[in-house]
Amino acid sequence: MANVDKEMLTQFLLRMGDNTLILGHRVSEWCGHAPVLEEDIALANTALDLIGQTQLWLGYAAEVMDDGKTADDIAFLRDAWDFRNLLLLELPNGDFGQTLMRQFLFDAYQSILLPRLMKSSDQAIAEIAEKASKEAAYHVERSAETVVGLGDGTEESHKRMQAALDRLWPYVGEMFASDDVDAAMAAAGVAPDPASLREEYDALIGKVLSEATLTIPDSDFAHKGGRNGKTHTEHLGHLLTQMQWLQRAYPGATW
Amino acid sequence: MYAQMIKSEATTDDPEKLKEFQARIDDDIKVEPRDWMPEGYRKTLIRQIGQHAHSEIVGQLPEGNWITRAPTLERKMILLAKVQDEAGHGLYLYAAAETLGVSRDDLTEQLLSGKMKYSSIFNYATLNWADIGAVGWLVDGAAIMNQVPLQRTSYGPYSRAMIRICKEESFHQRQGYDIMMKMAQGTEAQKKMAQDALNRLWYPSLMMFGPSDADSVHSTQNMAWKIKMNTNDELRQKFVDQTVPQAEYLGLTIPDENLTWNEKKGGYDYSDPDWSEFFDVLKGNGPCNVDRLEARNKAWDDGAWVRDGLMAHAEKKRAAKTAAE
Repeated sequence: MANVDKEMLTQFLLRMGDNTLILGHRVSEWCGHAPVLEEDIALANTALDLIGQTQLWLGYAAEVMDDGKTADDIAFLRDAWDFRNLLLLELPNGDFGQTLMRQFLFDAYQSILLPRLMKSSDQAIAEIAEKASKEAAYHVERSAETVVGLGDGTEESHKRMQAALDRLWPYVGEMFASDDVDAAMAAAGVAPDPASLREEYDALIGKVLSEATLTIPDSDFAHKGGRNGKTHTEHLGHLLTQMQWLQRAYPGATW
Repeated sequence: MYAQMIKSEATTDDPEKLKEFQARIDDDIKVEPRDWMPEGYRKTLIRQIGQHAHSEIVGQLPEGNWITRAPTLERKMILLAKVQDEAGHGLYLYAAAETLGVSRDDLTEQLLSGKMKYSSIFNYATLNWADIGAVGWLVDGAAIMNQVPLQRTSYGPYSRAMIRICKEESFHQRQGYDIMMKMAQGTEAQKKMAQDALNRLWYPSLMMFGPSDADSVHSTQNMAWKIKMNTNDELRQKFVDQTVPQAEYLGLTIPDENLTWNEKKGGYDYSDPDWSEFFDVLKGNGPCNVDRLEARNKAWDDGAWVRDGLMAHAEKKRAAKTAAE
């Protein structure tokens, strides 16, 4: 473990694990309902990778917290205010276009962040990042390709993808809103300051979205409150109601 | 068994050619897509493989019903992987059907309009978490009973698809049984869920093999063609004999007062399912028929713009490439 405040490190790990948990859950809602069989397979595969990453991030968070809790306890027995995921990821799926646009905006972020984390001063984080970065590289390739295909497809698919980008854009800024947890991680060499990733991110999404003939909204307004847990959207509570139901209704059972 | 009541199609081909064809099948030589085959054989196979493929696709729904409520991260992953495998099975099977001269879109349209069927079992609900265990244990268990012999079926592409599918299905069955073990050894509430799942899914699982041989009019031709490898009753008996000791091991009670070991036949005597219920389900009156078809139709209709968009893009790219050359 890196030489860093345990409470801060836990917050960082929850951010990583809650992002993949909540997005993995949202993507899994598509199972059996996708536009074409190949997409059913691809979405299930994406959800599977994300939940697998969640096990690693939250498993390490549990180890750092060292209070007898497991990754499952963290996932299934916390209330909304303890979640540290980006607001973007808890938003309802919307149509397939909105789901894929959200996936792309997040995959692009992960594909830049995870390779940096492979150089983390914390060995456990570096190992998780090594595995996850391979998956993220594949995810971003796929989601970018779909965003381009639909953005530059028919008039209707273009219109829907632009609407998806307009709807989600105000949630992108939160990825780069650094706070004291990030400062502590950067100082200890655990993780880069997210603000430092923005330029590379803008270049990556700019290239893909322009190929998709889509226009990035001219606004830098950003909804915030997920990463620090201060204000989630109304949607998270409903997601947790479903996800946590069995564990809450039958406490103490093993499954 | 994901194909039920497959009617064999009449054939009006040249008797000499038919004789030659039958001789090859009797010699266990596989029929390949480019080989001559009787029209009846082709049409019957399209119906059977199509029904099997549709069952994999519709079969995602009752299990998908619990993905967002899976109780642990590991259970969620296992279930996601399973449903993903099923979609993959659908894909191989549609590909096998396409070698017989029918397109996947065409088969899909027939499913969505209700013209083609899928297995009756997927018209039953998954109401508690133990149902996910019971589906793996009983439904995949019954499917394997039928699919293992189909690895030797006469049509090459179908046989090869079955070999791949069987490997994954037996894995699914073990995972299902593992959920049942956890539930049966768990709290009182969990045991109650496990018994409830078995009570509801036992007879629908027996129905998966289709009606009794005495009422199955299409068996003879399909068996001669090696499209069907065993009779419905043979497979059902094998399934009961395999499953009863497993239920005993779990401490669960099979909901059949007449279930007794018959020393003379070396198998269990058991009650038949209510066949009038089976025929009701086939007619569209099962508990979930309407929901299942509505869900598939909605996915297809809502996805039209996506399919069109991706096709249009691929077309633009092709045109640009041609222009550059």
